[in-house]
Amino acid sequence: MLEVENLSVSYGAVRALDGVSFTASPGRITAVLGANGAGKTTLLRTISGLVRPQHGRVRLDQKDLTLLAAEDVVRTGVAHVPEGRGVIDELTVEDNLRLGSLWRRDRADNRLALDEVYELFPPLAERRRRAGSTLSGGERQMLAIGRALMSRPRVLLLDEPSLGLAPRITAQIMAMLGELTHGSELTVVLVEQNARSALSVAGWAVVVHLGRIVVQDHSEVIGSDEGLRHHYLGF
Amino acid sequence: MNRRIRLPNQPLVRHLILAVLAGLGFWLLTSNLGSFRDFEIGEIATYAIVVAGLSVLTGVNGQISLGHGAFMAIGAYTFAYLQMHSSMPLVVELIAAVAAAAVLGLIVGIPATRLKGPYLAGMTLILALGIPQLADKYNSVFGGDQGLTTLPPNPPGSVDPQRWLSWIEILGALIVMVLLANLLRSRFGRSMRAVRDNEIAASLAGIHVPRTKVLAFVVSAGCAGLAGAFLGLSTGIVNTGEFALTLSIYLLAGMVLGGAGTLVGAWWGGVVLVFLPQWSSSLSKDFSLGSSASANLAVVIYGLVLIVVMMLAPGGIQGGIRWLGQRLASRGGRGTSRPTPVATGAGSSQEPDTGALATSNTERTSP
Amino acid sequence: MTQFFDLTLNGISAGMIYAAVALGLVLIWRATRIVNFAQGSMAMFTTYMAVALLDRKVGYWLAFVCALLIGLVMGALVEVVLIKPLQGKPELNPVIVTLGLLILLEGVIGSIFGVQNRGFPAAFSQSGLTVGSTQISFSHFDVFILVAVLVLMLAILVLFRGTNVGLRMRAAAFAPESARLAGVRVNRVLVLGWALAALAGSLAGLLVAPTAAFSPNYMDLILVYAFTAAVVGGLDSPLGGLIGGLLTGLALSYVGGYLGSSLEPLGAAAILIVVLMIRPEGIFSRTAARRV
Repeated sequence: MLEVENLSVSYGAVRALDGVSFTASPGRITAVLGANGAGKTTLLRTISGLVRPQHGRVRLDQKDLTLLAAEDVVRTGVAHVPEGRGVIDELTVEDNLRLGSLWRRDRADNRLALDEVYELFPPLAERRRRAGSTLSGGERQMLAIGRALMSRPRVLLLDEPSLGLAPRITAQIMAMLGELTHGSELTVVLVEQNARSALSVAGWAVVVHLGRIVVQDHSEVIGSDEGLRHHYLGF
Repeated sequence: MNRRIRLPNQPLVRHLILAVLAGLGFWLLTSNLGSFRDFEIGEIATYAIVVAGLSVLTGVNGQISLGHGAFMAIGAYTFAYLQMHSSMPLVVELIAAVAAAAVLGLIVGIPATRLKGPYLAGMTLILALGIPQLADKYNSVFGGDQGLTTLPPNPPGSVDPQRWLSWIEILGALIVMVLLANLLRSRFGRSMRAVRDNEIAASLAGIHVPRTKVLAFVVSAGCAGLAGAFLGLSTGIVNTGEFALTLSIYLLAGMVLGGAGTLVGAWWGGVVLVFLPQWSSSLSKDFSLGSSASANLAVVIYGLVLIVVMMLAPGGIQGGIRWLGQRLASRGGRGTSRPTPVATGAGSSQEPDTGALATSNTERTSP
Repeated sequence: MTQFFDLTLNGISAGMIYAAVALGLVLIWRATRIVNFAQGSMAMFTTYMAVALLDRKVGYWLAFVCALLIGLVMGALVEVVLIKPLQGKPELNPVIVTLGLLILLEGVIGSIFGVQNRGFPAAFSQSGLTVGSTQISFSHFDVFILVAVLVLMLAILVLFRGTNVGLRMRAAAFAPESARLAGVRVNRVLVLGWALAALAGSLAGLLVAPTAAFSPNYMDLILVYAFTAAVVGGLDSPLGGLIGGLLTGLALSYVGGYLGSSLEPLGAAAILIVVLMIRPEGIFSRTAARRV
């Protein structure tokens, strides 16, 4: 269980997050929704240790992650797929994937994880020796998620996976996320501007506006509230 | 800050008054000190000229040069050559030295417009090493290792020749300072700072970025040329040994320690450049160091100065003084709780600042 | 014609030295976007450490290896003490700090060993090899230079391409944040990068000392030539550094041979300016655009 408690972050005089609290449970997708600039990306970057919060705490199963560096947060089982995907263009597909599991000592299991990722994303298996820069947008997203999965995470943080993708590919990715989470112990925090497709797979939804949480509830409840949709979700 | 004496707002008049006051101070100082002290004061003025030029280029415009020793060499050789082969008045020879260095500044400045920090540093570093070697290559013109000799100027009446030379150097330095101070307050000064802070924004604001950068190089090189000529004049000889790579780095150290981007800092830089070698030699006597060690102690100190100042106090001496002044002012001030948004270098700040080298502004201004 | 041939051979030998120093510059540039102007003087420092050992009757090869190891440690120390605190500061700050280190090291070595030229032994004979009946301007020692630098390059290539450490280093250089998110301890990787760069520089310093006027500033010119070589090769590419080193070595050898050795620095300046004006991304760099 990932718990975010009263998290506040400022960049100089600009307050990006203001007392944000929510809980993401295993086995379901928690969608974080809101307009551009609502603080969604900052939220994920703070959870994964790239940004230091001024106040508040992040805990994973009672373990405090707040003061850990990004490279240590990933070792606790939190994998962050950043916005713009974080594929390293200069490395091959396979090197990009292997990078995600280098810190784990269990070589046999790393091998196994690689095979599983290739099974999950067959296009990557076909392009394993190609440079990351040669991939299409959808393949890059697969690669980024694949690298996160290589660390066998307990929590997967996804920042705008639908960004710049065709609707059909977005739907595929969302469906895949649903499959990954359903009936597993994986916790997914999905940050999206594309609220409609995020709500289609999420179990819980958190709506953020200007750094504060406006409302959080089951995704069906959020999705059926017309006023909320108009005001904050844009559909 | 509440000054008791109000200086006129007109920049030129203001700067001229300050220069005249400084000149009077120097005149009193030199008249009451011995010949050797006069020599040192003249040297300080000389180094202040070149450091001020470097400071404008690096601190105000954001372009680094590791080749100012080479610009000084050009000025010095031009000056000495004219002294040996012509009989022009001293002023004309000095102007020619400035012009020669400025032309080289133009030649270097044009490719420099397309180079960012480390690349520009590398290119000017090569020039600092390469240009003095020309004097060895064409030794029939430049006198090889022996170099060229210069003639001390004839003082009028019974003035001590050394004192007269110092006055010339001080006068030259004050003229340069007034010109630079006005330049920094002018539209060109604002353009230079804007280019340093953000080239794209500057060009969107209608500033001709390459022209600004080239001009900064020309001005800066011209200052170095004058300082080179003065250096030749006061040592009586111009040879390549004086313009080694280390000179360029010492100049940088003087600028950094004095405070990059400030004209007052340039005088601190001059003081450091003149006295640091003396302090270090007396220091090595105190510790009775061997001859190699005492010969190199100054080099070591320059290296430490560059590193330590850059890491701990990028504002240099002048930055520290200003910080102290602000602290005192805000402590004694009548509740002026202005959150010290001091000089990000944007346009209208009263005095040039240290933007190019400083740490982030918040770190610099918060006590 | 024989002069041209000899100059070519000299150029290759010198070019390998520039390539080794350039490799160090490239390793650091790729990882931290810093040009280490102290690269040459760090090599000078470790070579003088070898001198100190040789003066104490330590064998040549032991001194050689010790100097390389000192270089490795020194590179790591410089990163931790001087470079890490400069993260996020304006780009001129590291330029000035590495220049400060340059003269600091020259001053320290000058105070201990004096500034006069002194000799440094060569591992192998420095008289030209005989091919057929003519003696060429390429000695056993030049062969050693060639082999040593190529072995170093190969070792670094294997490290980068064939090991997990190399994968971490490449990831950290190309995309530090993504690397951190993947669990790479980027700070440690940077220390390793500086250590390897200093090792490469130290090798060059040891190799060139017997042929240069060996004094505390003997690496100054070599540093700027290596910088030229690295820029020609693209500053981003280790292989480009090798080719850039050879081209620079050859060009400067011809300039020195036909026009006089005192024009070599200006020759390097000319090469540098022309390359930066025409192809700022370097001749061999694969990355298309580079902000110079």
